[in-house]
Amino acid sequence: MIRVVLPYHLRTLAGVGAEVTLDVAGPITREAVLDALEAQYPMLRGTIRDHVTRQRRPFLRFFACLQDLSNEPPDAPLPEEVAWGAEPFYIIGALAGG
Amino acid sequence: MTQIRLLVGTRKGAFILTSDGKRQRWNVDGPHFGGWEIYHLKGSPADPNRIYASQSSGWFGQMIQRSNDGGKTWAPVGNKFAYEGDAGTHLWYDGTPHPWEFKRVWHLEPSLTDPDTVYAGVEDAAIFRTTDGGGSWHELPGLRGHGSGKFWQPGAGGMCLHTILLDPSDPRRMFIAISAAGAFRTDDGGQSWRPINKGLKSQYVLPDPDAEVGHCVHRIAMHRSRPNVLFMQKHWDVLRSDDAGDSWCEVSGNLPTDFGFVIDVHAHEPETIYVVPIKSDSEHYPPDGKLRVYRSRTGGNEWEPLDKGLPERDCYVNVLRDAMTIDSLDACGVYFGTTGGQVYASADAGDSWQPIVRDLPPVVSVEVQTLA
Repeated sequence: MIRVVLPYHLRTLAGVGAEVTLDVAGPITREAVLDALEAQYPMLRGTIRDHVTRQRRPFLRFFACLQDLSNEPPDAPLPEEVAWGAEPFYIIGALAGG
Repeated sequence: MTQIRLLVGTRKGAFILTSDGKRQRWNVDGPHFGGWEIYHLKGSPADPNRIYASQSSGWFGQMIQRSNDGGKTWAPVGNKFAYEGDAGTHLWYDGTPHPWEFKRVWHLEPSLTDPDTVYAGVEDAAIFRTTDGGGSWHELPGLRGHGSGKFWQPGAGGMCLHTILLDPSDPRRMFIAISAAGAFRTDDGGQSWRPINKGLKSQYVLPDPDAEVGHCVHRIAMHRSRPNVLFMQKHWDVLRSDDAGDSWCEVSGNLPTDFGFVIDVHAHEPETIYVVPIKSDSEHYPPDGKLRVYRSRTGGNEWEPLDKGLPERDCYVNVLRDAMTIDSLDACGVYFGTTGGQVYASADAGDSWQPIVRDLPPVVSVEVQTLA
């Protein structure tokens, strides 16, 4: 079971609390987690990754285990603590704008 | 019993303002989608309880929301706006080629007859259509493919398709406007388009002030009884066309300044039009700190200020291009919103005004529904 912490606006959009849990098959990568998240909550499609380019939206960041994973390759394995469900995968709205 | 419903898009959410036919007392409902930019909401003429909203965020991108109950509840629908084929390039601010990139939906225009069909004007400029109530959106690529697309260039607000007018007498004819490309018309339901900018002059902006494209059109408007007559607020200049955009002539007349964003037409008098003059493109507030609507009863050239009930001093707000609307009661109501968060209403065709609300987030758009 993978735990994902969402920023406020995506919680309200999906109608969920701060943390959601996902079943993810296969290697636990960022791409696999986001695919599972969007499959479970289709209204989040396009809000984290651009529909066309599949790139991370510039003002979003990914963290886990106190590490900034935002610029890691999308198919890189996530930390084992995330794969075990001991630690959540954080999607964070970056401090930008005013 | 007659009801008026105002759909107000702001920088921090949507608000729905309702009143009876007297339009004196208002109920304020919102914010919906608090914290999100709501560039535009519009109801279907064929089913007024069907409302579409463009919800966007610099963080989370574009959402489209749909309501089937007049804005009481909402549900997200499709938000994928992918350009058809090779997106290609347009000109960037420095004149170099720049890839076409979707940024947001500026304007939603529901079909006059089908609640499930809606047109969307987007940045970078293109027009999309849904025929399944917003579930999926498909570009009408003939507009960008017109041939001039690679020469379009963004205005200060971005390269946005912000105006869509549907001809009530001919379902194949539409008019659109793009900043800063100009106005275009289709006569075949959106398959092919042609620029309709003859007579527009953009001195100091374009190398050729009479260029076919490149003009910064801010807004166009029509009266549904005379779809061949169009009125335009350009960056500078107010203009009219009596031949469906084939040619334009300036009707700025005695306006104190002919810069502005909004323009709209009286519900029952096709020659009566409204603008809100803004001092200049450098300042973006009304002349002398006085907020005034100007009305022409002669289709332009002769303008009268309307200021009863509007701020007479120290007013430095702007009125953005989608932020004026007119109901169809008799006398017609005129409404506009400001970047200062006020929404003003006139229940007597502009003769006098009252604020409905004063402290909303900056208002981006205002649309009215006249409900029987």
